[in-house]
Formats: sequence, structure tokens, C-alpha cells
Amino acid sequence: MKTARVAYAGAIHTAFEHDLGSAKGLRLADGRVVAEDQVVWLPPFEVGTVIALGLNYADHLKELSKELTVTAKDEPLVFLKTPGAVIGHRGQTRRPQGVAFMHYECELAVVIGRTAHRVARADAMAHVAGYTVCNDYAIRDYLENWYRPNLRVKNRDGATVLGPWFVPAEDVADPHALGLRTRVNGQVTQQGTTANMVNDIPALIEYLSAFMTLQAGDVILTGTPEGVVNVNEGDEVVTEIDGIGRLVNHIVGDAPFSVIPA
Amino acid sequence: MSPTFLPPTLGAERVRVDVAPWRLSGVVVAAQLNHRPQLAALADAAQRPPYKALPSAPVLAVKPRNTLALDGDDVPAGAEGLDVGATLGIVIGRVACRVSAAEALSHVAGYLVANDLSAPIPGDTPHYRPGARFKLRDRSCPLGREVVPVAAVADPDALAVQVWIDGVLAQATDTAERVRGVAQLIADVSDFMTLNPGDLLLLGVAQGAPRALPGQTVTVEIDGVGRLTNRLVHDDLSTGSAA
Repeated sequence: MKTARVAYAGAIHTAFEHDLGSAKGLRLADGRVVAEDQVVWLPPFEVGTVIALGLNYADHLKELSKELTVTAKDEPLVFLKTPGAVIGHRGQTRRPQGVAFMHYECELAVVIGRTAHRVARADAMAHVAGYTVCNDYAIRDYLENWYRPNLRVKNRDGATVLGPWFVPAEDVADPHALGLRTRVNGQVTQQGTTANMVNDIPALIEYLSAFMTLQAGDVILTGTPEGVVNVNEGDEVVTEIDGIGRLVNHIVGDAPFSVIPA
Repeated sequence: MSPTFLPPTLGAERVRVDVAPWRLSGVVVAAQLNHRPQLAALADAAQRPPYKALPSAPVLAVKPRNTLALDGDDVPAGAEGLDVGATLGIVIGRVACRVSAAEALSHVAGYLVANDLSAPIPGDTPHYRPGARFKLRDRSCPLGREVVPVAAVADPDALAVQVWIDGVLAQATDTAERVRGVAQLIADVSDFMTLNPGDLLLLGVAQGAPRALPGQTVTVEIDGVGRLTNRLVHDDLSTGSAA
């Protein structure tokens, strides 16, 4: 059964889907039933190491081919995030004033469920606890060619959105056959399928676990397909993966963060 | 399986912190190429592709929980060895979001000794997209067990740093000549990522990191901060194959 982690009435709760008839609701583990906008949605599990993949979709690789020096034959392009980057469903992400290109990335997030050390491809999927949706923002204006992609582009406060649901692996028949899409203010701007991953989930677990021990709660963000476009203050960005979830985020400007214009 | 996982931080919770925040959070971010002689040694290459220009923002690498270890722990290393990364660790004591350099040190709890070890990266452009398998290995970032309070260190940007390999002095350097000293690094990092109590920023290693081989014992000593000793043990990790 899929679960959420929410804050409500002074505590953090595990919550389940609950049909309120006219609206979507949640049933907390303690039995209380609440509307989905009455709670604060947190990332749906306690997040350990966040491992992100760059350029892991064949179509996205083609989209960026003019500016890239990598090909699908190179080893997986891995970068990391710190916990401060991560927020939950229905949160806000800041777009600093003056930037020209800030884009979302809809990604299947793979949650590790047990320690993986030098795991072979054939055994890899047994280490997956489940899945959630990720919207991993980037601000391309800040891209520099040292330790790419640099943290100022990809590891900003609140710029990695996870949720709404943790979906157990047994509820997902084939994680490599899921449609994913992004809607900005209701318009579809990105579409793809997890079938187009360059390195699939078992390949990523085999690759990573060869040199770094993966632990329960670690999460692998498996990359995004083509169709990344600029978003602006006021936009509603919805990243969705069939059978996993529909993750809502709002772009806000500097003012709510008390940032004084330069 | 339950989605409520415990997030253990290998070793980080066992560091003795005698000042607030009392324990490390497990978040470790290491400045790279922060020693001016490192950039000077790159010379014209820094202006050519793929780099094209010197970095303007701090160059940073996240050290995840699998990389963390403590003084005395064995560190796995391939036959080619590891480059020793002697660095000052800055323990955040008070939340820091968009702080100025002038106020940055008031957000520091104290300092510790760290060793940001890295496998040698083949090729001509090791700083462009350094491969995860060179930088994120298990236990490749040992930390000293004690945090020295900020008040006990007169000037964190002028501390002597020594590296000993099997008891022989292999590097004698200091914490000076940084592109960003301790205060400026905190200011520039906190511009886009909030630093929380217990988070650890590594100031960055000096030019001329010595290489240590399996079987050798490495000691990093920072004047007034402490010593950190680890033995490299052979671990036949293949670095030759991609996925």
C-alpha cells in the first residue's frame, strides 16, 4: 500500500490514501481523516544519500547533444545532493530574480530498501524498497565546467521535490515501462517513458554498489527525458509518473524569502 | 517493506563535540580546487575546453554517509592507492542562510581534522566531471574524533598542516592561500544552500597531495586542531569498468 509522510497537528504521521467522495483525503495511521490540503507533505520516507543521474535518457541526450561532450557509451554521470535540497509535495521552490533558465526535471526516484554492496545486476531489484516521483530543478545560468553539474545549479535549498507517495516495489509491475510527463500551468511540456533510460535500474545499482555501499533510505534519481523548458515565478509545475504519483510544486520569487534585490 | 528507514551516518555521530551543536548531522560538503596554487598549476588549461574559464562559484563535492569514517578506521584502497586530502573541517554551530563573510565565523561551532581521500582520476580533465567511483568510495573521508571550539583557534586561515605516511613527512603545508578562506567559503555556500548545526564544510586540500598505498598508514595533523590516523587496506575494487 502506498504511503505518505505528513505533518499534522503537531506531529509527523504516516498517511494513506482515503477517498472523501468529493475530494482526495488522507487517513493518518492513528485513524484521523484529513483533506490533502490540511497537511504539510514531507518527502515520503526518511531520505538518506540522494544520488542523481545526469543524461540518463536517450532522448534527453539527443536533445542536448550540441552542447555535450558525453555519449551514452560513457559511464553513468552521477552527482549528489544534500538533505537541505529536498522538499515534499505541494511545496515552493525559489526562482532567484535575474536568472534566465530554470527548469524542472521529472524523474523516477528509486528507494533502496536494504544494504547493497557489490550487488550483481541479477540481484539488484531485490534491494529496491519502492518508488516515488522527483522533480529535480536546475538553474542553468549557474552552470560551470568544474565538477559538473556544480552544486549551485543542482543542489539549491528546496529545489529537489520528492513525493507525494512512497509506492512499494511489489505494487509496480515494471518500473521500466512507466509513462512520465510534466505539466506547467496545465500544459504538457515534457513526455517520456522510463523505457528510454540509458542505464536501467539494475545497471545503476550494480554500478553504484561496486564502489559505494547503498543503504536503506538512499534514493537514486534516474534522470529525465527530453522536454525541459524554463519556468517562471507563479508557475504550477506538476511532475507525474503513471502508477507512482502526481507531484505538485509552485515556483516563487525572492520576496517570500526576504531576499533584497541587488 | 516499510518506508520509514533509519538514516545512519557512518561514524559521524561518534565524533566528540564539546560545543553546540553537540553532534554532527552527517552532511559533509568538501570544497575542491580551493587552494590558489592548485588553480595556478592548471595555468592555461583552465581557460581551454572543457573548463573554458576559472570557476567563479565555490567548487564543491558532497561526501555522502558511506564515505564517512573515523580516526583509526581502515580505509579500503585499490593497488593504485589514494591521494591524501588533508583538510580543515568547519563544523557549523548555528544555522547559516545567506550570511556575509563578516558574520560567518559566528555561525561556526569549531573545527576538526579531515582527510578527503580520492582515487587518482585518469585522463587530462579530472576536474570536469570526476567519476563517482573515484570520489565516493566507502570510508574515503575519515574525520577526526574531536571538535576544537572556534574560540580556541585564533586564525583558521593560518594553520600548519602536515601529512605523514608511515611516519615520514610527506607534505608540509597550511590553510592559507585559499581562493575562499573559512569565512568567505561559508558566505558563498550559504548563498544557495542553508548550512545547519552539525553540518561539516571541508576547506579543501592544498596543492601537492601525496599518494598513499595499501598497507601504508596516513596521519594528518593540523596545528591546534588535532591528528587523524588511518591505515589503507588493499581492496581489489576494479576501477577500469563502467556499468
